[in-house]
Amino acid sequence: MLDRLQQLGATTLQVFERLGRAHILFYYILVGIPSVILRPRLLAAQLFSVGVLSLLIIVVSGFFVGMVLGLQGYNLLKDYGTASSLGIMVALTLVREMGPVVTALLFAGRAGSALTAEIGLMKATEQLSGMEMMAVDPIKRVLTPRFLAGFISMPLLAAIFSAVGVMGGYFVGVGLLGVDEGAYWANMQYRVDLYDDVFNGVIKSVVFGIAVTWIAIFEGYDATPTSEGVSRATTRTVVHSSLAVLGLNFILTALMFGDN
Amino acid sequence: MSQQDDSPLVEIRGLRFARGDRMIFDGIDIDIPRGKVTAIMGPSGTGKTTLLKLIGGQLRPQEGTIRVDGEEVTRLSRSKLYALRKRMGLLFQSGALLTDLDVYENVAFPLREHTKLPEPMIRDLVLMKLQAVGLRGARRLMPSELSGGMARRVAMARAIALDPMMMMYDEPFTGQDPISMGVLVKLIRTLNDALGLSSIVVSHDVQETAAISDYIYLLSGGKVVGQGSPDELGRSDSEWAQQFLQGLPDGPVPFHYAAPDYAEDLLHGHEARRR
Ligand SMILES: Nc1ncnc2c1ncn2[C@@H]1O[C@H](COP(=O)(O)OP(=O)(O)OP(=O)(O)O)[C@@H](O)[C@H]1O
Ligand SMILES: [Mg+2]
Repeated sequence: MLDRLQQLGATTLQVFERLGRAHILFYYILVGIPSVILRPRLLAAQLFSVGVLSLLIIVVSGFFVGMVLGLQGYNLLKDYGTASSLGIMVALTLVREMGPVVTALLFAGRAGSALTAEIGLMKATEQLSGMEMMAVDPIKRVLTPRFLAGFISMPLLAAIFSAVGVMGGYFVGVGLLGVDEGAYWANMQYRVDLYDDVFNGVIKSVVFGIAVTWIAIFEGYDATPTSEGVSRATTRTVVHSSLAVLGLNFILTALMFGDN
Repeated sequence: MSQQDDSPLVEIRGLRFARGDRMIFDGIDIDIPRGKVTAIMGPSGTGKTTLLKLIGGQLRPQEGTIRVDGEEVTRLSRSKLYALRKRMGLLFQSGALLTDLDVYENVAFPLREHTKLPEPMIRDLVLMKLQAVGLRGARRLMPSELSGGMARRVAMARAIALDPMMMMYDEPFTGQDPISMGVLVKLIRTLNDALGLSSIVVSHDVQETAAISDYIYLLSGGKVVGQGSPDELGRSDSEWAQQFLQGLPDGPVPFHYAAPDYAEDLLHGHEARRR
C-alpha cells in the first residue's frame, strides 16, 4: 500500500517535472524566433519537410472526408427536402471541426512523429551536444525553425483540407447525386460566416499547430538518447498530441460555438 | 585576448563530479599548459570524456573550479560560455557529424554559423581543412557513407574550422589504420605547433600519444594517479604508470567495473534461478 502511494507520488512528481521542462523549452523556443526570422532559409527548409511533404496526405484525406460528408449529408437532408443546403452542411462541418481536427491528427502522425524521431536521434548521436560545443545553440538552430514551420503549416494545411473537402462534397453531392450546383455554392456563400466560422476554425488550427509541434519537439528533445527511448518518445508524441487536439477541440468548440 | 602567457590555459582545481551515486572525479587538479600537447590517459570508463565535457561547460561539477583562459567555466553566463566555446574545438568520440549535411557542409557548418565570409572563401577554408585530414576527395559523401575512421577525421576538420585556441581530441586514433593514424598523430602535433594551439588528447594508444605529447596525466578511480612528461612517466616506478604504459593486465588499475566477488556472483545467480 505504502509502496503504491510512493509510486503514485513519484509518478506525479515526474509528470510535473516534465511539464516544467516542456514549458522552459517552449520559452527558449520562442526566444529563438527573432534569430530564425533573420535566416529564412532555415525556416524554408523546415516548411518544406514539415508542411509540403504533409500536403499529399492532407489533400487525399480532405477529399475523402468531403465525399463522405456529401454522401451522408445528402441522405439526411433529402428526407427533409433540404438537399439544397448540402453545401452549408459540408462547409460548416469542415471549416469548424473536421478541417482543423483531422488535419491536426494527420499532422501529428505524419509530421509530429517525424520531428520527434529526428530530434531524438540527433540527440542520441550527440549531434545536438556537438552543436553546443561549436557554440551553436541547438534550440535556435534546430528546434525553433521546426516549431515555426509547424505553427505556420498547420493553418494552411487545415485550410487546404477544408477547401479540398468542399470539392469532395461537391463531387458527390452535385456531380453524382444531382444537388443543384447553384444552390450548393450560393447557400454556402450565404450561410458560412467569415468571422464566426472561418476565423474560428483558423484559431483552432493555430492552437493545434502550437500544441502538436510543441509536444513533438519536446518529446524528441527530452527523449532518452537510445533507440528504445526515441521509439517510445515517438509513440508518446502521437498519443499525447492526438489527445491534446481532441481535448483542446472540445474546449475551443465550447468557447466559440457554445452559446448559439 | 590571452592572459599572461605563463599561466595555464586550463586550470582545474579540486574537481568533484558524480553521476548519481557514482563518483567520477574525486578531487582532481589538472593544469593544461599553453602551446603544448597534453595527454589524458586512463582506463575505459574513468571519465575522460566526462572531463572534456566539464571543460567545455556541458556538464557542471558538484565542486571545484575549472578556469579556461582565465574564465571560470562553471560560472559563465550562457552567452559568455558560447563565446568561449568558439575558441575551443572538441572532437567527439563519436564524431557527432550532422547526418543531414554532407562532408563539405559539415565542415562549413561552424563557418556559416559564426562568420559572414563570402562563399569562395568558405570553400577554400573547407577544402584546406579537408585536405589536412586527407578527405578532400570525399567532400560530397554523406556521413552515413563514411567509415568510422573517416567520420572522425571529418569531425576533426570541422573542429579546427574556426581556428580555435585549444583543441580537445577524444580518442582521435580509434578506428584508424596505421597510415592515417600516423598522419593524424603528426597532424595533431603540427596543428598544435603551426597554429599555436594548445591541445588535449584523450587516448588509449599509449605509444602514439606518448610520442606527441609534452605532458601526460594518468587518471584512474576518480584521481590523478600519475603525471609527468612521457620520459618521466616511463622511468617512474609508480605501479599505475607502469601498468598503464605497458598494458599489463595485473596491477593497481582494475580491469573490471566495480562488482561483487566473481565466484559469489556466479553461485548466487545459480541459486536464485533454482529457487
Ligand atoms: N549519461 C550518463 N549517465 C550516467 N552515467 C554516465 C553517463 N555517461 C557516462 N557515464 C558514466 O561515467 C563514467 C565515465 O564515462 P566516460 O564516458 O567519461 O568514460 P571514458 O573515460 O571516456 O571512457 P572511454 O575511454 O571508454 O571512452 C562511466 O563509468 C559511465 O558509466
Ligand atoms: Mg570516452
